[in-house]
Amino acid sequence: MSIDREMVKRLGILSRLRIPEENMDEMVTELTKILGWVDQLKDVNTDDVLPMNSVVEDMNLREREDVINDGGIRDQILANAPEEMDGYFLVPKVVE
Amino acid sequence: MSYIIKGETGDWEIVVGLEVHCEVISKAKLFSGAATAFGAEANTQVSFVDAGFPGMLPVINHECVEQAVRTGFGLNATINKKSIFARKNYYYADLPNGYQISQSDHPIISDGYIDVDLENGETRRIGIERLHLEQDAGKLMHDQHPSKSFVDLNRAGVALMEIVSRPDIRSPEEAGAYLRKLRSIVRYIGSCDGNMDEGSMRCDANVSVRRPGEPYGTRAEIKNVNSIRFVMQAIEYEAMRQVEVLESGGRIVQETRKFDSVKGETRSMRSKETAVDYRYFYDPDLIPLVLDEAMIERLRKEMPELPDAKKKRFTEEYGLPAYDAGQLVAEKDIAAYFEAAAKGHDAKKVANYIMGDLFAVLNKLGKSINESPVKPENLGRMVDLINDGTISSRIAKDVFAFMVEEGKSPDQIVEEKGLKQVTDTSAIEKMVDDVIAANPDKVAEYKGGKEKLLGWFVGQTMRASQGKANPAMLNELVKKKLDA
Amino acid sequence: MTDLVELTISEALDGLAKKEFSSVELTKAHLAEMEKARELNAYVLETPEVALERAQKSDERRAQGKAGKMEGIPVGMKDLYCTKGVRTTACSHILDGFIPPYESTVSQKLEDAGSVMLGKTNMDEFAMGTANLTSYYGAVRNPYKDKTNPDKFLIPGGSSGGSAAAVAAGLCMAATGSDTGGSIRTPASFCGIVGCKPTYGRCSRWGMVAFASSLDQAGTMTRTVRDTAIMMGAMAGFDPKDSTSANIPVPDYEKALTGNVKGLKIGIPREYNPDKGLNSDVRHVWESMAEKLKAAGAEIVDISLPSTQYALPTYYLIAPAEASSNLARYDGVRFGLRVDGKSLDEMYTNTRTEGFGKEVKRRIMIGTCILLEGYYETCYLKAQKVRRLLCHEFAEAYKKVDVILAPAAPETAFGKDDDSTSDPLKMQLYDVFTVPSSLAGLPSVCVPAGTSDINGLPIGLQVIGNSFQEETILRVAGAIESMSGMPIRPLRMGGK
Repeated sequence: MSIDREMVKRLGILSRLRIPEENMDEMVTELTKILGWVDQLKDVNTDDVLPMNSVVEDMNLREREDVINDGGIRDQILANAPEEMDGYFLVPKVVE
Repeated sequence: MSYIIKGETGDWEIVVGLEVHCEVISKAKLFSGAATAFGAEANTQVSFVDAGFPGMLPVINHECVEQAVRTGFGLNATINKKSIFARKNYYYADLPNGYQISQSDHPIISDGYIDVDLENGETRRIGIERLHLEQDAGKLMHDQHPSKSFVDLNRAGVALMEIVSRPDIRSPEEAGAYLRKLRSIVRYIGSCDGNMDEGSMRCDANVSVRRPGEPYGTRAEIKNVNSIRFVMQAIEYEAMRQVEVLESGGRIVQETRKFDSVKGETRSMRSKETAVDYRYFYDPDLIPLVLDEAMIERLRKEMPELPDAKKKRFTEEYGLPAYDAGQLVAEKDIAAYFEAAAKGHDAKKVANYIMGDLFAVLNKLGKSINESPVKPENLGRMVDLINDGTISSRIAKDVFAFMVEEGKSPDQIVEEKGLKQVTDTSAIEKMVDDVIAANPDKVAEYKGGKEKLLGWFVGQTMRASQGKANPAMLNELVKKKLDA
Repeated sequence: MTDLVELTISEALDGLAKKEFSSVELTKAHLAEMEKARELNAYVLETPEVALERAQKSDERRAQGKAGKMEGIPVGMKDLYCTKGVRTTACSHILDGFIPPYESTVSQKLEDAGSVMLGKTNMDEFAMGTANLTSYYGAVRNPYKDKTNPDKFLIPGGSSGGSAAAVAAGLCMAATGSDTGGSIRTPASFCGIVGCKPTYGRCSRWGMVAFASSLDQAGTMTRTVRDTAIMMGAMAGFDPKDSTSANIPVPDYEKALTGNVKGLKIGIPREYNPDKGLNSDVRHVWESMAEKLKAAGAEIVDISLPSTQYALPTYYLIAPAEASSNLARYDGVRFGLRVDGKSLDEMYTNTRTEGFGKEVKRRIMIGTCILLEGYYETCYLKAQKVRRLLCHEFAEAYKKVDVILAPAAPETAFGKDDDSTSDPLKMQLYDVFTVPSSLAGLPSVCVPAGTSDINGLPIGLQVIGNSFQEETILRVAGAIESMSGMPIRPLRMGGK
């Protein structure tokens, strides 16, 4: 799959970033370049190699006890909100 | 008998798979220590983890893992010793991190089934593809403000079990039966309260149609239907719609649709974002969840008796017909009530009273079985009184009504109200004689061949006894005396 | 009395213990030095009130005989660490005005150990950069000068550039850094200080603004190896709030500093010595240090890490993929910048477009792309497979050697306006020696080992150890430090 302007537009939509028209071509070139560069990985034989998601993958996932020891801090949760009212965060109206 | 849509051009079969989201019963959330209880003030049950603050990290709640495993046993499924959490990436105002922690290709539970009973007595086995754990989202409110939506993150991060069926469902009825059975199982286990109206159990339906025997058609997904009845309606409507589209030469679009319960129809939710791609990848903040064999064994041993086993036991132990047993086990509390009432008594009769008079009363009062004004031991005792002839089944109706009203034991009621059945032959004979003596014309008509009047005499005498006369004895004596 | 800002941590702890000076005095000296060196732009937020209050309390604790491991020591805090009540932005516009209502585990542990926070240090935006040029608050100047061109504005390396410059110039006794692909070691090398990235899982990531979760690791930046040992002892340790934190006891790192390398096997990976891409001055320092270590009794072993060349592309797939998801939470709803819009999506897009800098956006786009169906398998999963191969090669190597000695950066600090700084692909090449051990999660310490015979700038070497072998790498680093003849006193801006 090659990178074209459509793809850049789609990536912009998915990541909620606006790519100005005048930067489109630059972004196409840059993504093409980087995907071309990482393409060298295909030279590595990874048959029978499992993907490694974490270097600590062999540790046991620790589990917390089912106790309520957090929450009840609404003021702190809302303290940094750009817009809040009556204990709620506010966002532009969503039409469902 | 299969459900077939008779189209203009022939028969169509429907194919349905259900994705059910069950909110897990736990005190704290899946990855944080904030509370899960319903009804709290907005954003008071939110931790920095739930609100996706910078640098916050998830730590899994052990109880949610156990609940999933228990439910896995209930679904006759494979418990996967190793499962992996993944991020599902998308933007929405109810999703603070911009991703939902879920499970993709390594769910905690896979490959199960449940058997569902249909009206006609058939049993259908519906396959379960998987059950995985994931986070619930927050809630948006749209009508508080002209230009803003309000965001409450209290639900954000509460554990959900998403239970995905195989496309084995072939009718709206089967879908309803599947949901009822699933709800019954999670309630028995105590892993979800199953209340669809409160949103603690939610259903998405994947619906397609095909010519019988042909490969699956393109499906539409109907999102977030909030009652069993609506799921059945939505499937019925959607299947008809698809048949109409196909028969008029159209194509089914794979899309998400919404069910409008007022109009009883589904409609397309055309999203602006046609580019959607959830970009699942394993969450690097978590490592694989590996279940301890000893824990799995412990949970297996602790499993409660589930509806199927209980139903089987009820038929064997109490001699109930399968249908009655099925009715009684659908809810754990009803089954428990039945057992408390039936132990040592005539179980079949007790079952009949529960499914008849008691359900009617509870329905009228809007009460659950646990709030029943009639104590189970009193119901059992009442059946004893019928069976030993102390009261007639007719009088039992009155006794039952008094039990509902006063909550007293049947013995006490019979005693206080003097409802004891009259079984003394001479006393009944006297009453019959009185009625005959008072109605010479009716006696003449009877003797003249109007045999139907026999019932009239029985009725009159019963009334005279205030209903307390033993009906069998009464019948016999009236006939004997009239024919004498 | 020596000038207080010139002391090492261990010297200062002695002086405080002997009541030669107080923490308040030590803190004031550093605050004054910070004022003199604002041109470096090492701090994005100075917190003198917090500092003096904590110094005061520290002196009280010490008077009560309750001194912690870093009691009274003034430190700089990378702006990546959330600090309760103190603005934290990861040097991004999108976190404008964000005042965390919580304290990161690492900064809390440092505070609990008695240290005194002087302020928040500059860094590349979200730690994405190798030169500290992507910060919303502007570039940081390296206190060192290129002797062939003394007026040249040299970068300090990144992403922990503010921390490195602050430590090098005596604007704090030590600073926190974080390392995802070399963000501690590169600036340490460029600024002539000691930078240590411990094993992944050694320090908690809780409260640290995430870049790439499977790689991010907190670490130390100090002027001496002993100071690193002291600070690491205070920072490291298990944290139940981080599911990837290792439940392994923290040893006394200072005890490991025996200076003795006799019998230690030191591996020299031949793939780290390419014909192109390694400057001769760096190569020279590396080779001569290997000789010195050999003379000190270590055994130098030639080793091979054949997949090294694939580490960079692997890193530049994994890190942006994780970042694209980690940075999705910056949406203008709960904290930081909001740029309004008519719809929710418009608000998101306006906020993120204005809030993120160019390099961050670039990496989000790349990361989003490679997680897409159609790329995921060939890019992301492939990179994770190569990551396993790399780890395996390191594991094999550590069957033969105790540590690996390698350059930290292919060259010395470069100019802010050099051509290479505008080409992301070229900038990425500076991570070539640091990224492999990041991918493998291994501990690595960069220690000054010499200066360039071309421009006089410091050159650091990294000592990479096996998992949780911090003691061994610090032991070797200590030996290098003592043999390098490199200064341990700060390079002061205003003079003494």
